[in-house]
Amino acid sequence: MTNTMIEIKDLTAAVDGTDILKGLSLSIKPGEVHAIMGPNGSGKSTLANVLAGRPDYIVTGGSVTFNGVDLLGLEPEERARAGVFLAFQYPAEIPGVNNTYLLRAALNAVRTARGEAEISAVDFMKLAREKMKLMQMDASFLNRGVNEGFSGGEKKRNEVFQMAVLEPTLCVLDETDSGLDIDALKIVANGVNALRDEARSFLMVTHYQRLLDYIVPDYVHVLAGGRIIRSGDKSLALELEARGYDWLLEEAAA
Amino acid sequence: MSTNSNDVNDFVDQKYKHGFVTDIESETFPPGLDESVIRAISARKQEPEFMLEWRLKAYRTWLDMKPPSWAHVSHPPIDYEAISYFSAPKKDADKPQSLDEVDPKLLETYDKLGIPLHERARLAGVAVDAVFDSVSVTTTFRDKLAESGVIFCSFSEAAREHPELVKKYLGTVVPQRDNYFAALNSAVFSDGSFVFIPKGVRCPMELSTYFRINEMNTGQFERTLIIAEEGSHVSYLEGCTAPMRDENQLHAAVVELVALDDAEIKYSTVQNWYPGDEEGRGGIYNFVTKRGDCRGDNSKISWTQVETGSAITWKYPSCILRGDNSVGEFYSVAVTNNRQQADTGTKMIHIGENTRSTIVSKGISAGRAQNAYRGLVKIMPQAKGARNYTQCDSLLIGSDCGAHTFPYMEVKNASAKVEHEATTSRIADDQLFYCRQRGIGEEDAVNLIVNGFCKDVFRELPMEFAVEAQALLNVSLEGAVG
Repeated sequence: MTNTMIEIKDLTAAVDGTDILKGLSLSIKPGEVHAIMGPNGSGKSTLANVLAGRPDYIVTGGSVTFNGVDLLGLEPEERARAGVFLAFQYPAEIPGVNNTYLLRAALNAVRTARGEAEISAVDFMKLAREKMKLMQMDASFLNRGVNEGFSGGEKKRNEVFQMAVLEPTLCVLDETDSGLDIDALKIVANGVNALRDEARSFLMVTHYQRLLDYIVPDYVHVLAGGRIIRSGDKSLALELEARGYDWLLEEAAA
Repeated sequence: MSTNSNDVNDFVDQKYKHGFVTDIESETFPPGLDESVIRAISARKQEPEFMLEWRLKAYRTWLDMKPPSWAHVSHPPIDYEAISYFSAPKKDADKPQSLDEVDPKLLETYDKLGIPLHERARLAGVAVDAVFDSVSVTTTFRDKLAESGVIFCSFSEAAREHPELVKKYLGTVVPQRDNYFAALNSAVFSDGSFVFIPKGVRCPMELSTYFRINEMNTGQFERTLIIAEEGSHVSYLEGCTAPMRDENQLHAAVVELVALDDAEIKYSTVQNWYPGDEEGRGGIYNFVTKRGDCRGDNSKISWTQVETGSAITWKYPSCILRGDNSVGEFYSVAVTNNRQQADTGTKMIHIGENTRSTIVSKGISAGRAQNAYRGLVKIMPQAKGARNYTQCDSLLIGSDCGAHTFPYMEVKNASAKVEHEATTSRIADDQLFYCRQRGIGEEDAVNLIVNGFCKDVFRELPMEFAVEAQALLNVSLEGAVG
């Protein structure tokens, strides 16, 4: 396929009055996996949140076209229904709200937007159990409050589990690997890899090369000062691991 | 984006949906209170002499009392001389005998409220004793109830037809001088429900009353008395909503429940009095005394309430656990928005041995509202092995509201076990965004979070009431975000 799924052009965005993204352009085609790396404060998480429409993240310029639609003109829930999923870096806890209940409401919102019928409780449970097996999650997970009292690793696993159930078109992973031990990282990576297909794309924000050993990206981009300063393939990530970011920053400044 | 970080602060702009006034000519007493007004009320209701004496005694008691000042609420002093103490639909003299005879305007009003009386009654198998202003206009399913010996009628009717029962139980749970508003109610109460479940009878249907204030400047003084004889069982539903008003309206109801040996009373309330506008102007003052007396051994009284209305709520449904092994329960959701103030909670008085009580209170505050839980758990010296569990949770929506918890415990028996848990949390922007990122719309997200918070209480409500309560809660907080 050659058509573009998401086209980000000259995107600028501010948080609390501070400009973070300063003219970011990126284009992702269906089926591609892109990794975004970069030093702290470079704007990686801001990009993820801006795409999802987080209220405090103010877009000041540029455009984002998602499957031909102006993504920035949509409310967060409309973006989600259109197929944009954000696996949060810090998933919110919602005490008393059942995991299953939230997820089924979410799935039905997405299905309704697609013009599909709502899923029955029985079919939903079947689907949920299947995906939980994939994520090696205990059945008790379903009856707990949303992220309530979850460990860091459980929260991240829950994010990918939700992603597996909702089957979005564009999966944005915001440091999904941080705080995971190696076993949990493998499980999360397996979950993501199982979702990879020619129609689904991934944008992964990460600090560490090691995630990319398990989820092999098609492209690696280095974000610094709110712009992409270098793009390459997986070897770029290995080079970054070996050499750090300074040489790139110096090159960019030169 | 149309949203910003003030999302949560904007969670408050919902206008009262049931704001309309029915144009029925009412016969209303001029404002003011003295003995002649009380005589007039009693006469209009054709009450037996003992009722008049009882009212007059209460009135004289009330004159000596002062309004309470301890509650965590504030309002201008109430001018009791500016209130009219009786209001009845004009067609009182020839009261409708069936729904067909009911003033169509009245039925229209119920329709607007989503209370299609006949349908609801038939489909849900609920007998409805609708109180419109101060006089019952229709009572359904009376015959079916009568077959099993259940008496379900207006209070005035009970005073005329069953004076021996009224005389025996009235004021035995909430004495006249119990508090200022109870004394006032005892003197001037207009009408209310009377329920009597004879020994061993399980009431064949859920009993329900809809209350409604519809007259300017008219205090509503409902009086409800429910008696469950030995081994009987009854579930009673009370729900109300009021039209939009400019003046503050005083509502001072008294509810008395009596459960004899092995009897069980379940009393569920959905309260939606007009809360006033965004500044709290014109809302109802709801000062209610509700008390259940577990008079017999192994008896049980359970209060479940969903409170979304009123400018000021002052209400503590309580249980006196007199009989051994008796059980008291209190499940409450209180929602305050805009300028609403609620000071609500419960009292569990353990007197009998091995008495048990459970308190689950969920307070939700939005806007600039203040929500206080005030609860007393009292274990008397003779209450061997008494147990109480209290859970008190507050949810704040936005940053300008308040939640307060005032738990009181008096334990005078060392064998008692009393537990108290309390939490306060806030609907945060990140919780809302989390839900929205999953495709759930903003209002649905708030409802989801709030309903999750209230789950423990909603599951105590009868099924159809739970659905209604959930809808009411959603309406109460609608438009509060975004």
